[in-house]
Amino acid sequence: MFYREAGDFKTTYAEDNQTFPIKFDRYRYYAVMLFAFAVVPFVIDSYWLNAVFLPFLIYAIAAIGLNILVGYCGQVSLGTGGFMAVGAYAVYKLMTSFPDVSMIIHVLLAGVITAIVGVLFGLPSLRIKGFYLAVATLAAQFYLVWLFNRVPWFYNYSASGQISAPERFVFGVPITGANTASWATYLFCLVFVVFCAVIARNLTRGTVGRKWMAIRDMDIAAEIIGVDPLRAKLSAFAVSSFFVGISGALFFAVYLGAAEVGESFGITKSFLVLFMVIIGGLGSIFGSFAGAAFLVLLPVFLKNVLVGSLGWPTDIAAHLEFMIVGALIIIFLIAEPHGIAQLWRVAKEKLRLWPFPH
Amino acid sequence: MPDQVLYGMEVFLNGLMAGVLYALVALGFVLIYKASGIFNYAQGVMALFAALTLVGIMDGQVPFSHLINAIFGTDVHHFGWHVPGVLAIILTMLVMILLAVIVQKLIFRHLVNQEPIILFMATIGLAYFLEGFGDLMWGSDIKKLDVGLPQGISETIESVTYNLTGYGFFIDNLDIVAAVVATILVVVLTLFSQYSKQGRALRAVADDHQAALSVGISLNFIWVLVWSIAGFVALVAGIMWGAKSGVQFSLSLIALKALPVLMLGGFTSIPGAIVGGLVIGVGEKMFEFLLGPALGGATENWFAYVLALIFLVFRPQGLFGEKIIERV
Repeated sequence: MFYREAGDFKTTYAEDNQTFPIKFDRYRYYAVMLFAFAVVPFVIDSYWLNAVFLPFLIYAIAAIGLNILVGYCGQVSLGTGGFMAVGAYAVYKLMTSFPDVSMIIHVLLAGVITAIVGVLFGLPSLRIKGFYLAVATLAAQFYLVWLFNRVPWFYNYSASGQISAPERFVFGVPITGANTASWATYLFCLVFVVFCAVIARNLTRGTVGRKWMAIRDMDIAAEIIGVDPLRAKLSAFAVSSFFVGISGALFFAVYLGAAEVGESFGITKSFLVLFMVIIGGLGSIFGSFAGAAFLVLLPVFLKNVLVGSLGWPTDIAAHLEFMIVGALIIIFLIAEPHGIAQLWRVAKEKLRLWPFPH
Repeated sequence: MPDQVLYGMEVFLNGLMAGVLYALVALGFVLIYKASGIFNYAQGVMALFAALTLVGIMDGQVPFSHLINAIFGTDVHHFGWHVPGVLAIILTMLVMILLAVIVQKLIFRHLVNQEPIILFMATIGLAYFLEGFGDLMWGSDIKKLDVGLPQGISETIESVTYNLTGYGFFIDNLDIVAAVVATILVVVLTLFSQYSKQGRALRAVADDHQAALSVGISLNFIWVLVWSIAGFVALVAGIMWGAKSGVQFSLSLIALKALPVLMLGGFTSIPGAIVGGLVIGVGEKMFEFLLGPALGGATENWFAYVLALIFLVFRPQGLFGEKIIERV
């Protein structure tokens, strides 16, 4: 009824090309932004922050990053955990070396460093394709984790081999360390999420994104029509790793506070982010958010129901969680291989005609 | 010969033995990939599940005892009987066949003609499910698996080599058994696929699904068959690894180690899986022995992957893989 292009006249090219061409979508977007920026910070408490919002926001960035690589450029990567670790260790080194610089700059720099590392590990993608590449990225995963474990310079020669975030500020407000306020860390991550999502959305619908998609659909054909595979693939690796690095930096510095690389950034993390991308929908920015939300909320929900309400031991709940996540992935793939984003697209098509389908 | 060289040779031999175990897991991958184009990530978890089931049956554990106790407040653990090894292995094999049927009927029948990456993701989902299911069914504690395989260091080899070279080689009895079993397995599988009716049908399906279908081969049957064979290979691998280091979660991680093995050997080649396994096994042990101390140790974690990565840059289809021909 409200979900219509009809009556919403576009009079300039800029309007015609806007991200949300339908008025309802646009207002919903403004409403979500308003809610996220102006309502949530005032009501958020530390349980909601740590159980739901921070993981959701941080994983959403990682999922957007991986979606660019896998969903848009078609280069399957299982090294996300390793690249998140690069972001985390980069931000740690920057935080401890330059304590007076704002955290915003540190996090962005960590992203840049990860992008460089990502390009380095992306080089083999020029020769290796498909599953072979997926396994090749495992090399990045295991090598990077081993490197951060074994070279003491990375963890500043601390006795435990862990890294822990010292207290750092943005505009005089503590963002990391022990004395942070819920609203401050929430807003800090939210700003980065919005920043990344806007960049990703605009990259993927422009020239760069079209080149990536051409490479994804068939790289030889893309090469023939004039897409340089070297630049397209490496730029996808760079942009993807930039986002993944930011998310790794935030994950360590803001969310965890202290991290041990094998535990926090192991292979399971790579798979978790990949699941988010697949369940959410390959090649969709909205899908990255949906997938992240789904896989962050599911364990919280299961834990509350099974342990909280039914009083089962936590280990059974953990096993059931594995089963349910596994089963859901299979069910999703059978029912809708293109993920939640596709369901959303179908729903939108239906909505346009509703309630008069003819 | 100087001691260092002899010690190096011992490391080399142990690497070969470890490589055999990698090859066992990789074999399961290759079988399924050849027959159905599915890259079965769950192979390692299938090995874990098979080993868990075997131990559970042998010890007479009550399945889902934790869950039953949690829901009904009862306290059941064991039936109180012990099943002999051979019978338990047969029962476990039946479970694996049942699993193959279920996997085929419930999952992959509905995913025919999907892109390979979707199928791959489905097997990761399967891996998660099986892992949770196995733990829920049999408990997640580390179990000892003892089906009567010889344990400990082989004294014969030690004394023979001591007499020959003045230095006794330490080689695990179990590794020798594993090598023998793997050899038999490969021979049997080759004979099966060359000379039996089902084996030929299997190769036909691997060659061309539609052509096989049109000459009257049932794809469903072949896929169930191939998943059962993979289940059998997983069971063998599970027994070997389980007897070596206990039945525990880390067993499923060997699936990851099998991936570089596959890349070296090529996804479609059974000899490739064997050779790849041996190369990786020897390579990582020798690398750790020669350069590990200088690099800070534990290089085994990543060596296999990096080796495969470097190797692939020069030969993208692996050692024995079919040549990749790309057309627009």
